[in-house]
Amino acid sequence: MTVDLALDAGLAALVLAVAVWTIAARAAFAAVVGFVTYGLLLALVWVRIAAVDVALTEAAIGSGVTGAVLIAAAARLRPTETLSAAERPGRGLRIAAGVLSALVSAGLAVLVLYPSNPAPSLGPAAAVHLAALDIGNPVTAVLIAYRAVDTLLEKVVLLLALLGVWSLAPDRFWGGAPGQRRDARDGTLTLLARLLPPLGIVVGVYVLWVGAVAPGGAFQGGAILAAMWILVMIAGLHDAPEISRRWVRFLLVVGPAVFLAVGFTGFVVANGFLSYPAGFAKPLIIAVEVVLTLTIAVILGLLAAGPPERERRQ
Amino acid sequence: MTAETLYGLCAAALVGLGLFGSIVDPQPARKILSFNLLGGGVFLLFGIIARRGATAGMGADPVPQAMVITGIVVAFSATALAVALVLRLFETTERATLQPDAPPRPSGDGADPDA
Amino acid sequence: MHEAVALSGGGAAGFLLVLAVILPATGVVLSLALGRHAERIALVLMPTGFGIALAILADVWRSGTSLVYLIGGWAPPLGIALRADGLSCIMLVTTALVICAVGLFARGDFSEPEPGRETRAPLVFWTMLMGVWGALNAVWLGADLFNLYVALELLTFSAVPLVCLDGRAETLAAALRYLLFALVGSVLYLLGVALFYGAYGTLDITLLASRVRPEPVIWIAAALMIAGLLAKTALFPLHLWLPPAHAGAPAAASAVLSSLVVKGSFLLVVRLWFDVLPGLPGMPAAQTLGALGAAAIVFGSVLALRQARLKLLIAYSTIAQIGYLFLIFPLTTGAAAAGIWGGIAWTGGVYQLVSHAVAKAAMFMAAGLIGEALGHDRIAELGGIGRALPMTVCAFGLAGMSLMGLPPSGGFVAKLMLLTASVTEGQWWWAVVILLGGLLAAGYVFRVLAPALADTGSLTLRARVSRRQEGVVLALAVCALLLGILPLRPSQLLQIGRPAATLAVVR
Repeated sequence: MTVDLALDAGLAALVLAVAVWTIAARAAFAAVVGFVTYGLLLALVWVRIAAVDVALTEAAIGSGVTGAVLIAAAARLRPTETLSAAERPGRGLRIAAGVLSALVSAGLAVLVLYPSNPAPSLGPAAAVHLAALDIGNPVTAVLIAYRAVDTLLEKVVLLLALLGVWSLAPDRFWGGAPGQRRDARDGTLTLLARLLPPLGIVVGVYVLWVGAVAPGGAFQGGAILAAMWILVMIAGLHDAPEISRRWVRFLLVVGPAVFLAVGFTGFVVANGFLSYPAGFAKPLIIAVEVVLTLTIAVILGLLAAGPPERERRQ
Repeated sequence: MTAETLYGLCAAALVGLGLFGSIVDPQPARKILSFNLLGGGVFLLFGIIARRGATAGMGADPVPQAMVITGIVVAFSATALAVALVLRLFETTERATLQPDAPPRPSGDGADPDA
Repeated sequence: MHEAVALSGGGAAGFLLVLAVILPATGVVLSLALGRHAERIALVLMPTGFGIALAILADVWRSGTSLVYLIGGWAPPLGIALRADGLSCIMLVTTALVICAVGLFARGDFSEPEPGRETRAPLVFWTMLMGVWGALNAVWLGADLFNLYVALELLTFSAVPLVCLDGRAETLAAALRYLLFALVGSVLYLLGVALFYGAYGTLDITLLASRVRPEPVIWIAAALMIAGLLAKTALFPLHLWLPPAHAGAPAAASAVLSSLVVKGSFLLVVRLWFDVLPGLPGMPAAQTLGALGAAAIVFGSVLALRQARLKLLIAYSTIAQIGYLFLIFPLTTGAAAAGIWGGIAWTGGVYQLVSHAVAKAAMFMAAGLIGEALGHDRIAELGGIGRALPMTVCAFGLAGMSLMGLPPSGGFVAKLMLLTASVTEGQWWWAVVILLGGLLAAGYVFRVLAPALADTGSLTLRARVSRRQEGVVLALAVCALLLGILPLRPSQLLQIGRPAATLAVVR
């Protein structure tokens, strides 16, 4: 057993242990902390299997922003803990669910141990067109070129999720700002919220820019920018914006709107919807990625902020 | 036994754990956590498949990686929507439960905060 | 070469497929930007979308082959294709019809109170309506399993906020339960997608059909995907989330949820069964699905008979009518189904999809008007409403005829075809279930109609109901009636695009 394999075995065991802790922990807060740790360990696993783009996304979104949302929720739901602990599912349901889960796991384990031979891959097919698109990162090419409609529809999914969260506000708060007004107090949080965002913005823009040739891209860069914004909002240095503000709505739609516009012009100047004209592929892809980053950052930040809880001013 | 197989078995176990937690735990907030574990296991399975599809010049097949990135973003928006629903339910009923006939929380003031 | 054949067809009209999916998506984006005009945007897109659906149907009918579009010019397996076969066209037109009717109906409920100000409920309703429409079109036209996953998520995220639009605690709990069921269902579907990709390296439905072999990986993947989709379609015993969700939503939203949204995940089961694994699933699996469907018919109808509230009765009726759809699987599998009877069962099942969609939408909207007029929807106190709202109760009755399977109605044609197929194929037990279901449906429909048409005379109306809304509901119910002129034989249109292994001999 080589050192690498021992490291991988240790990492896999640690991931499983933290996952079991997340399910079994009594207090919701402890479970969420376990979940954030699980997400960061998963990011390491992704690096070990050579999927660095995914590792960045998992660390930023899967563990980072999701963790922020879940921790805030666990803190607010603490009063219900004692009552909810009294609700226990019936023994029959636990046994049935346990059997079902064990069966599914066993089936998947068998499929993992005896995979199909040879392993299919679309890597070669993806590599063929990279030169024509002048893009060095195949994952970016898949997201913005080959399977661009999935990315486009997923933007609409994000917008609808945001509108769904907003729809939970009572009518009188519509158009107002999410969360309660916080005042910045001196302390570690405020210090970090002052120091980190300039650094984070630079890193986010860099991750976006380098995504064309190396791991990175719109999702990862946007998530880092959103994380900085969330930090500033939580520390109270900047108030969350009102959801009816023009600039908020503009930034929300600029990504999908430009993406749609590029898609429709493909009918005229190229091979159809979401097709890139030869020679102009790279600038168009970069332009789409930049606006997508802005939209993703704003959507992720507002999803974390929640529905409006204050009345609209004026 | 290669690294991919190890992580693949880990993914299979995560799927089972997440499925068990989603069905069994009665609190919606914990169901959301288990759903995220289940999602993580499924994504890791995609990752193993991507790694097995490594070719010259690429450490892993890019198509499953793109699907996982899309999936992570969708899972986050699902979590955000579900958490917002749970919090709103808590604000309206002072409880965060899906049992329709659960007794209200024994607090002094049972008035609807939005009345 | 099979792969070349799969990717040909359509030409100039292919862009219509893109428009069918992307125009509603554009509507969502525009509505968020111009919140005050959400209703206007929707009302412009509705007739446009209807026209596009009809144009796609005309093109496919005329050419006799599926219409295919390769997005971005990238061919599968690397890229994503959209494909409109006969089944897709019928679902596109049905969706457009129901959504236009719901849109016209909802103008009365969700208009802006002060023109020029953006308010919560109208913005959310019209945007989610566009979202549901775009998602459904993406499901009908999708030819790539991961694209279909994104479409399913789009559908869920558009449907859930509609359930809790009024903000009451019961609807919030119902929306949360719906969301959790739907999320676990989607992730099980995604797990199956991963296994398919790992085995065959493609997610395009036609390419998969040519590469699939009967091996353990596809049994496990198909089982996981179908289990997840059954949770989203609310098939017994995973139906617990549906009644509170569909009964709690506003009437226009309930109409869309019951008639169309649950059919989206059902269609994916059909695509999986007939298109991805053509000819492969065996009798035991088919009989299991049929048995669950039969249980849904019986349980749903019996529970509907016992409801005290009108909207809950209609919601349980949805659970029952969805059960009929799952009878397609046993009736098109096996040696007895290889001839014309399999074609009859297939056509009957699709007619049930369409006629239930139209009838259930009319029924929910009628229930909404009754609830608005009386201020409540308790069945025991519906006495004499037929005098106050004649058009509405007439519409309810016509829709009920389709659910019962009385001629002339689309439901009669559908159930008769399923009955014929089950008797002639020797699977007579489904015939018993279908007849029983019809009787029970008559029971719960008359439970509502009898007091409504009674002459009690002592009825106080809380609010006046708009004549225009009543007219829309009646028109939709008449459509359910008009579907009864469909011929009682397998449809040529529905055979367009079927894989060769399941083509019934229809000449």
